[in-house]
Amino acid sequence: MTRPLALINARLVDPASGYDGPGAVRIAGGQIGDVIQGASPEEVSGDIELIDCLGAMLAPGLVDLRVKTGEPGAETKETLESAARAAAAGGVTSIVVQPDTDPVVDEASVVDFILRRARDIGLIRVHAAGAATQGLQGQRMAEIGLMREAGAVYVTDVDRPIVDSLVMRRVLTYAGGFGALVAHRPADPYLSAGAAATEGEFAGRMGLRGVTAMAERIMLERDLALAELTGARLLVDQISSAQALDSLARAKARGVKVWASVSINHLSFNEIDIGDYRTFYKLTPPLRCEDDRQAVIEALASGLIDVVVSAHAPAPAEDKRRPFDEAAPGAIGLETLLPALLSLYHDERASLVDLIAAVTLKPAQLLGLDVGRLTKGAPADLVLCDIDAPIVVDANRLMSRSKNSPFDGRRLQGKALMTLVGGRIVHRA
Amino acid sequence: MTAQPLGLDDVRSRTFPFPRRHFISAIDLNRVQAYELLDLADSFVALNRQKAKKLDLLKGRTLMNLFFENSTRTQSSFELAGKRLGADVVNMSASSSSMSKGETLIDTAVTLNAMKPDMVVVRHPSSGAAALLAQKVDGSVINAGDGQHEHPTQALLDALSMRRAFGHVDGLTVAICGDVLHSRVARSNVLMLQCLGARVRLVGPPTLMPTGAERWGADVFHDLCEGIAGADVVMMLRLQLERMTGALVPSTREYFRFYGLDRAKLAHAAPGAKVMHPGPMNRGVEIDSDVADDLAISLIQDQVEMGVAARMAVLTTLAARLDNA
Repeated sequence: MTRPLALINARLVDPASGYDGPGAVRIAGGQIGDVIQGASPEEVSGDIELIDCLGAMLAPGLVDLRVKTGEPGAETKETLESAARAAAAGGVTSIVVQPDTDPVVDEASVVDFILRRARDIGLIRVHAAGAATQGLQGQRMAEIGLMREAGAVYVTDVDRPIVDSLVMRRVLTYAGGFGALVAHRPADPYLSAGAAATEGEFAGRMGLRGVTAMAERIMLERDLALAELTGARLLVDQISSAQALDSLARAKARGVKVWASVSINHLSFNEIDIGDYRTFYKLTPPLRCEDDRQAVIEALASGLIDVVVSAHAPAPAEDKRRPFDEAAPGAIGLETLLPALLSLYHDERASLVDLIAAVTLKPAQLLGLDVGRLTKGAPADLVLCDIDAPIVVDANRLMSRSKNSPFDGRRLQGKALMTLVGGRIVHRA
Repeated sequence: MTAQPLGLDDVRSRTFPFPRRHFISAIDLNRVQAYELLDLADSFVALNRQKAKKLDLLKGRTLMNLFFENSTRTQSSFELAGKRLGADVVNMSASSSSMSKGETLIDTAVTLNAMKPDMVVVRHPSSGAAALLAQKVDGSVINAGDGQHEHPTQALLDALSMRRAFGHVDGLTVAICGDVLHSRVARSNVLMLQCLGARVRLVGPPTLMPTGAERWGADVFHDLCEGIAGADVVMMLRLQLERMTGALVPSTREYFRFYGLDRAKLAHAAPGAKVMHPGPMNRGVEIDSDVADDLAISLIQDQVEMGVAARMAVLTTLAARLDNA
């Protein structure tokens, strides 16, 4: 049993109570004991380890709904352990790993394997998402119920849209019966076939095959209609275009049970960042134009978009150092999620509480997890962050096995000083 | 034409300092450099027409032709250009290289770089491949076509052909017609011609026009007759059948009906207008043989001749940069 811990003189940011101000937190038995909003006590009695936060932000640990590792099947990219270390270093205390591994997470035994591996590593909380269809093939439904029983927190076919509307309807209907969440990335497969960038002036000049951003809205409209029809819970995975946001807003207004995530990359970059064919900016969905980036930032600030994800997708150098259209898509992001998100606070685009809510409370609530809040009795998953500290991202010093960070060389503000999971310090800068 | 046979000194006197190691994009050139290259190329045209065609400007240099896409004219054009300048020329094509055994472009580049080529001419089906290669080789990289991105030496030889036909390029109205979407020739030509002061139009069916083309600084037309009205140069593009991933046009006969250049449609262009085509032509698809083979209006054969000279100018200029490095 670790000694009780008290973190004092912090700037508490708690999305559950909406509080952003001075305060202190006492931790005992792996849980949050007391939360003091206001001046920290001068004296703390008893056998307790005292940590003076010196005004740094103390917030719930981050919950990242979309993380890929290479385990099982492609451990050269990333293992669960290296991903966990990266997460801890970035203040991320819960991750949901994606089912597009080898073998695909489409049955309970693979869910079980991942959760057991994660328990052995023990650094952070690892959850698994299951495949919606067998082998991510979009044809036959996977064993959603059994995987859920084994601990899968939602089902998704990850980057592959479920093309067949009948299959999608059945997945939603069936999963709905269990109250399971279905995540789906909306992209019309025919419009986006072979595309490496978003259609527009930039892709046209660069000679890159582009997909119209409208391809997202087309598929999203179908998904929303099916969600309305079935009454199932739908998470729109990585919404990225202004047109799709209009559809999302209409569906939410009609009371459809729909939530949406956006990746930190689409909040931070636009298509011009691809520049001279920099493959680290090749993503799925592809980076959009600046108008779209502004629209997703506004939608996040207004609450239309619920969740921010890192969309952590490790790819080794040999998959990235290729001509743009041959290169693997994706970017790592676990360690840079928090500082990159904080730039929206520093730019005065959103309040700190709202930004933190999108990476803590809201994703936790979506999955029914008891983390993501500074509430007495909640697990003591916390991040202590100096939100003003300037950093220069150096991809080679990140914990991930793959170094494909689009933030490499970027100047950001925000340094995770300490990360706690269940009251245990798993990272200390 | 010079009366005296052209020699080394004549060419040397025309070389100029070029600040770049590679030639990847037409945007790498400013107007002064473009004119310098055209002047230099002019002197090589003269050289290529005399009996003694060889100079030893690139003596001791190794030129590597690295073609991941099949090409007859560009590859032989670079090969001849290199040989006439005295370089050792090695040709590698995709079918014979280990590229077909799954080796990545970067690995190929690193391997070839170890053989110390001074210049690498590359053609690759992916946009940006030449720029990627340039990061990994010590010598100069010359882009001989990367995907749908650029083909800058083609733009240079096109400008050379136009300048020799009209005496100038600035002020000309050039209509680039056909499959603009898939054409690296079009992209390089838009940049080069605008740099040289020509007015550029892009003409083609909407499905073969890149999104945002109206923001390239060129006027966009979807009607061929309208698009070439009053144009001094009508540049037809190859309908890239091998790149057609979907049904972008219904049929080649419908395409010829609306976008194929024949004498009747050409009548809309300015009097004395010239017809160009980067080749290879799809006769009866984008161009009628009657027009293509009429030497009074067609510059197509000139373009091939100018190709060697333009590439000699590029090789000479980049070699001078290597000499001074």
